Amino acid sequence: MDTHALAWPKEGNSRVPYRVFSDEGIYRAELDRVFLGPTWQFLALENELPNPGDYKTTFLGETPIVVTRGEDGQLHALVNRCAHRGNLVCLKRQGNADLLTCVYHSWSYDLEGNLKSVAFRRGIAGKGGMPDDFRMEDHGLQKLRTDHFAGLVFGTLSPETPPLAEYIGNMVGGRVGRVLYGKPKVLGTTSQILHNNWKLYLENVRDTYHASLLHTFFTTFRVARLTNGGGVLIAENGRAHASYTRTKDETVGREGSDQLYAGIQSQRAGLHLEDTRLLQQVSEFGDDITVQILSVFPNFVLQQVNNSIALRLVLPKGPDKTELQWTFLGFEEDDAALQELRLLQSNLVGPAGYVSMEDGAVGGFVQRAIAGAEQQTSVVEMGGYDHVSEETRTTEASIRGFWQAYRPLMGYA
Amino acid sequence: MTLEEVARRLELESLYADYAHCLDDDRLEQWPDFFVEDAYYRITSAENFEAGLPLGLVYLTSRAMLVDRVMALRKANIYEPQRYRHQIGAIKIAGDSGAGLDVVASLVVVRTMQDGEMILFAAGRYVDRLVRSGDSWKFARKDVVLDSRQIDTLLAMPL
Repeated sequence: MDTHALAWPKEGNSRVPYRVFSDEGIYRAELDRVFLGPTWQFLALENELPNPGDYKTTFLGETPIVVTRGEDGQLHALVNRCAHRGNLVCLKRQGNADLLTCVYHSWSYDLEGNLKSVAFRRGIAGKGGMPDDFRMEDHGLQKLRTDHFAGLVFGTLSPETPPLAEYIGNMVGGRVGRVLYGKPKVLGTTSQILHNNWKLYLENVRDTYHASLLHTFFTTFRVARLTNGGGVLIAENGRAHASYTRTKDETVGREGSDQLYAGIQSQRAGLHLEDTRLLQQVSEFGDDITVQILSVFPNFVLQQVNNSIALRLVLPKGPDKTELQWTFLGFEEDDAALQELRLLQSNLVGPAGYVSMEDGAVGGFVQRAIAGAEQQTSVVEMGGYDHVSEETRTTEASIRGFWQAYRPLMGYA
Repeated sequence: MTLEEVARRLELESLYADYAHCLDDDRLEQWPDFFVEDAYYRITSAENFEAGLPLGLVYLTSRAMLVDRVMALRKANIYEPQRYRHQIGAIKIAGDSGAGLDVVASLVVVRTMQDGEMILFAAGRYVDRLVRSGDSWKFARKDVVLDSRQIDTLLAMPL
């Protein structure tokens, strides 16, 4: 029985049935149709696993994946599930190994996932063992397709996913390259457990309307306001988006901006910082864009907030549970002062961030509020009904783009 | 243990007890007073710490930044009412250079939400550098090294 069937509202992407955020059947269908379907998902940085035998584990949806650096110097991505009886092959989050050996029955695979040995394959003293027609080459680890873009490696299990550059598209692709202009250097990682459906976080990422309304710090300290110059870029198929802000560009002047934000709870008068170093920024991207938030469907986010650069990977853990993994980056080319600035600005984002702290909670607030509202829908009409690029962020067009990408995969015409 | 060492132990135990109660009594405005002016304060994971990665979930490099953190929590940030309860123990003097003390201590934090839901929110260790300030000790450096890389929902108040 098809348990994820749903009649999408006739209004299209400007209405989202709350049921898609809580329904177990829909969630199960997403794991299959979205995460194991024709989508690219971030796996690793190209230079993250430098030596042959280096590996790390990650997920395609809930499916465990291991990414390896092979003896051939290439990155390989494999489903981390023994071809024998389904045990996890790599237990550690990261490590180095010559062979990937399952602890359960000691079946071993090379770094490309080919089965190399089966313990007691020939049995003992002529008894037992695998049948003569057992072919090693038919029992490797399941292999993903990989593709890379601007130093980022993505994977997919579907043969139908178009090449990554085409999938991201030129418009947003250029914005990825804009931020990742150097050789990435990991400054550290963290992770957040969100008590909400994964799509609520992706809506939040694409929601340019909320940032200066929910996040007082953003507004009060003028990190970004809707009255600053900026806009959204949205691929026609909705898969990729980038929003951008030019903080120095005050479209209605500073006083005009204060007047428009007057009475809005996120603008607080009289607040000041004793130590303003974390609000300082240096121009490094060759333009005057101060904040750029970018996503690639389904679950990859690239963030530039001033000089803070982070990758965010959104992993589904159940209909109402999500893990948000953060990887903070600098570049090998950074001098000590720029790295220190990135570290100071990391206070703005992440689980404890002055700006993004609220994003950790607001999805959970929605999740709680929509209990019992499975027949109702949200209203996503700010900026109209379509999902086209615009020179404004006072719009929910990027969110509508997300649903544009999501609905065909799920069969929600 | 000499009488002097006993006295120092008691000083440290009293300092860490004061620190825990300051936070748990919601006297956050007094929290920066435990630190010197050019203090370094960081919350990180054991994974980052052991890999030598510099990132902090909270990364503050002056006492003024600690003051700013409290201001933001009070006036700018939005989070549900919640309490942290710090249990600090196993205080160990790891080094004594004469100029200051290297101290490690264990911490466990229980979080209680407004509806009464309680979870074990954090476990880890403090890796601290203390210096004499008049007749008391102050933190010159505090690395809060959490055993887990995962934070449930968000991390608001200081640890």
